[in-house]
Amino acid sequence: MQSTPTVGKPISRLEGILKVTGAARYAAEYEVPDLLHGYVVNSTITKGSITRIDTTQAMAVEGVVHIFTHENRPRLAWFDLQYADMDAPPGTVFKPLHDATIHYNGQPIALVIAQDVETARYAASLLTIEYEETSFDTCLNDNLHKARKPKKGLASVMKSPPPKPTGDVKKAFQQSAAQVAAEFRHSTEHHNPMELFATTTVYEGDGQLTIYDKTQSTINNQLYVANVFGLKYKYVRVLAPFVGGGFGSGLRPQYQLFLCVMAALQLKRSVRLVLDRKQMFSFGHRPQNVQRLHFSADDKGQLTGLSHTAFSATSQFEDYAETVSEWSHKLYPAPHTSFDYQLVSLDLHTPVDMRAPGGNSALHAIECTMDELAYKLGIDPLEFRLRNYADEDPSTGKPFTSKALRACYQLAAEQFGWHQRNPQPASMKRGNKLVGYGMATGIWDAFQFPARVEAMIDQEGKLVISNATTDIGTGTLTIMTQIAADEFGLPIEQVNVHYGDSKKPFSMFQGGSATTASTGSAIVIAAQALKKKLWKIAKGMDGSPLAKAGEADVAFDSGQIYLRHDPSVAISLAAIVAANKGRPIKTTNMGKPHLLKLRKYAKATHSAAFVEVEVDAELKTITVTRAVTAVAAGKIINPKTARSQIEGSMVWGISKALHEATILDEKLGKFMNPNLAEYHIPVHADIHELDVIFADEPDEIINELGVKGVGEIGLVAMPAAIANAVYHATGKRFYNLPIHFNELL
Amino acid sequence: MSYPAARPVTFSVNGVSHTLSLAPWVTLLDALRERLRLTGTKKGCDHGQCGACTVLCNDQRILSCMTLAVMKQGAAITTIEGIATGDTLHPLQQAFIDHDAFQCGYCTPGQICSAIGMLREGKARTRTEVKELMSGNLCRCGANKTIIDAIMEVKESYE
Repeated sequence: MQSTPTVGKPISRLEGILKVTGAARYAAEYEVPDLLHGYVVNSTITKGSITRIDTTQAMAVEGVVHIFTHENRPRLAWFDLQYADMDAPPGTVFKPLHDATIHYNGQPIALVIAQDVETARYAASLLTIEYEETSFDTCLNDNLHKARKPKKGLASVMKSPPPKPTGDVKKAFQQSAAQVAAEFRHSTEHHNPMELFATTTVYEGDGQLTIYDKTQSTINNQLYVANVFGLKYKYVRVLAPFVGGGFGSGLRPQYQLFLCVMAALQLKRSVRLVLDRKQMFSFGHRPQNVQRLHFSADDKGQLTGLSHTAFSATSQFEDYAETVSEWSHKLYPAPHTSFDYQLVSLDLHTPVDMRAPGGNSALHAIECTMDELAYKLGIDPLEFRLRNYADEDPSTGKPFTSKALRACYQLAAEQFGWHQRNPQPASMKRGNKLVGYGMATGIWDAFQFPARVEAMIDQEGKLVISNATTDIGTGTLTIMTQIAADEFGLPIEQVNVHYGDSKKPFSMFQGGSATTASTGSAIVIAAQALKKKLWKIAKGMDGSPLAKAGEADVAFDSGQIYLRHDPSVAISLAAIVAANKGRPIKTTNMGKPHLLKLRKYAKATHSAAFVEVEVDAELKTITVTRAVTAVAAGKIINPKTARSQIEGSMVWGISKALHEATILDEKLGKFMNPNLAEYHIPVHADIHELDVIFADEPDEIINELGVKGVGEIGLVAMPAAIANAVYHATGKRFYNLPIHFNELL
Repeated sequence: MSYPAARPVTFSVNGVSHTLSLAPWVTLLDALRERLRLTGTKKGCDHGQCGACTVLCNDQRILSCMTLAVMKQGAAITTIEGIATGDTLHPLQQAFIDHDAFQCGYCTPGQICSAIGMLREGKARTRTEVKELMSGNLCRCGANKTIIDAIMEVKESYE
C-alpha cells in the first residue's frame, strides 16, 4: 500500500492554473465595495525641508476626498521603536509624513485620496510645494573618508561583523610569488519586481483591518501596522497569497502600506494605494559599494593571503549592513587574512536586502581576483580553485554539514566542455566574434528561521497545513504540499496548504533562501506530532485493531494508519476523525534550527558557474551564449521549481554583469533612470542556453529535511564567471559592473 | 476644477459586450482592471515598457496601458481571462505550466497574450526570432528560457 513519494518529483506549480488564467489575485486586485484610491507625491529635492505645501487647487478637483501631508496627518506612535519592523537595521526607521524634513530624493511627502485613481493622480500634480534645500552627499566615492564601522543591533545576529585578522596579510602579499590587488565598484540596483508595490486596506468597521499587501512577510507587516497605529494584533490581518516578485524588496513594510492604512483609519473607508514604477525607486535598493582586494599565492598555487575591504553606502538614519568581505575565507584556506566592512552614510534611502545581499557583490570581486591570480600563476582557473579546495570551513576549522562543491566543479566543467578552452586570452574565435570561457565559484549561507505550523486532519480525512509564509514565486506552496503529503503518504490532492496570511502560525520572512528549511522543517515536526496524536486516538477507539500497537509499530499511508508488520490492519484517518466526534484533529508545532548541534558545523550552499561569452569584434557587444551552473544545496524537494529558481538567478547574474544599474546623478542626488526602459534588465533576446545541474548532497545534520535553499545560490557565481569570460575573450579586465560594450571600444 | 466628462464607450471583452461611461483619460488597462474587474491584465509600468498589460484587440497584441479606453469603441478585446475555452486551457497556457514558464506569475498574462499575438503575426520562424519578437515582455523572475521553451513547443506543434 506504499504510496509514491512526491519529494524529488518535478511537480508543476499547484497554483499554475490560477496564474495562467489571470485568476491569481495580487495586492491591488481585490474587489472591495466603496473603495477610495490614493496617489503619492514624492519630494523633488534631496535634502532640506518643506517650507510650504499648498493643497487648495488639488482639493478643488471634483472627486478628491482628502490630502494627507505632514501638516495634517493624524497623531501616530511617537516612540521610534514602534516603527521598527523585524528586519529593521540599527538606527531610526523612516517615518512617512512625520515632519517637514526631507531625507532623500523621492521621499513621500503627501498622499492624495480620491474616488478613482485617475483623479488622485491628476490632483497629485496640482500640489504646490516649496522647499528649503540644503547641501547633500550621495556619492560613495567622494565620501570614503567618512567610512566607519556599522552600528550593531538585532540585525547583526544574521549579519555578523567581519572576523579578526590572522597572521600578517601585508607581509604575505609582499613576499608571495604572485599577488593581485584590485578595486571593484558596483552601482546601486533596484529590485523592480514586476508587480508594483500596492496595498488594499479593507476597513471592516468594528476596529478591524484586512490588508492585502505586497510583502515577503505577512507577520512582519501585521506587527508593524499594529505597533504604529496602536491596534491590537488580532485586529490586523495581512494577506499576501500571491506576490508578484519580491527579491528582498518586500522584506520590510514599505511606505505605501503605512500611507494606505493611515488613510483608511482616518477616513474610516477602504483604501487602495498602488505605487507607480518611478516610485518603485523611492525605497530600498542594493547599495553601491567599493571593494578592495589583495590576494596572494605561493608558486605552487596555494593561497597565502586574503585581504578584502568593502565600503558600502547606507542612509543617514539606518545602518543597513551586509556580509561582504569574509566570503573568500569560507571558500579558500589562507594563513594570513584581513577582512573589513565599513559604511558611509549618504542622503539616500536605507538599502534593503536584494537577492543574495553582500555575497552577490563579494563573490564577483573575489572570483575575479582569483581568476587574475590564476593567470599570474599560469594555472588553469579551475585547477587553481581545486588546489585551494577546503573540505572544512577554513575560517573556523569546522566541518561542513555537507559540501559537494567538488562535484559541482566536475559536473559543470564536463557539461560545459571546459577542457576545450585555450587558456590564452583573445585566442578563441567564432566568425567575427571573440569567444571567452570563464568560471567562478559560488557560496551562500544555509539559513533556517523559526516557524510554527498547524497540521490538521479535517472532517474528510484531508491533511491541512497552515503557516503564514508567502510564496513570492519560489514554488513554496507546491513544495510545502509535497513535504506534507510525503509525511502521511498522501497524494498531493489530499493535502491543502493555507499560507500568505498573518492569521496562520508564525513565519518570519521569505528571504535568505530559508523558507523550505524553515517552514518545511516545521511541517515535518508538526506532521510527526499529529501522527502521534492520531495514533493515540486510534488506539483508544472502540474495538481498535491497533489497541496494543506502540508508536513505532504503526505507520501512515494513503489516508490510513496501519500496522507496519501487517498493513492489512488499518484505520482510515476519516474514521479517526469520526471517532473524535467529527472534530478535526490538529496540532501546532515549532520548527527551529538545531543551534546546539549546528554550533559544531559550518553550513553553506555552493555552486560552480561556467560561462561562454561572445564579443563582437567590431561592435564589442557582449552576449552570454551559454552558461552551466551546478548547485550543491542539499536535498532538492522539487527539481522543476528549483531549476527555475537557479535559471532565474542566472538571469539575474547576467543582468548584474552586463545590464542593470541605477544611475545616480551626484549633483542632483537623484536616480536618473527610474523606469523599465532605462533600468535595463535582460529581455528574452538576451537569454540563451542555460543549464542547471543539482549535485547530489545528502545532509543528515542541517535540518529535518536535509534542505538548504536555492533562491540565491544560482546568482552569486555568475557575474564573476561572465567578467572572467569577457577577459578570456578580449584580454581586458573590467572591475566595475555592469560591463558595457562601450568600455571595450 | 471639473473632472473630464465621462462618455459612453462600447467594446466587447472576451465576447461579452460592455458599455462603460468613461472619462477620456481612463486607459484600457484601468478600464479592464478597475471598472470590469478583469484583473488578470497586469500593470507593471503603465508606460509601455514592460508588456505586462498586453491584451489582444481585434486579434492584434496591444499594450492596454498605452491605449485610452475611449479609442476602442467597437473593438473586440481578449484578455487572459478569455484565452481558455471553458475549463480547457489554451495550449500556450498548458505549455507555460508544463515548462514552469513563470515564477511569481505577474508577467504571465502579458506573456501569453503577447505570444498568441506573435504567433498569429506569423513573422517569427526561428527561436531567435521568437525571442526577439517577445522581447517587449519583461520577466523579472528570469523565466526567459522556459517562456520561450513553452512558446516554441506550441509553435512547433502547430506547424
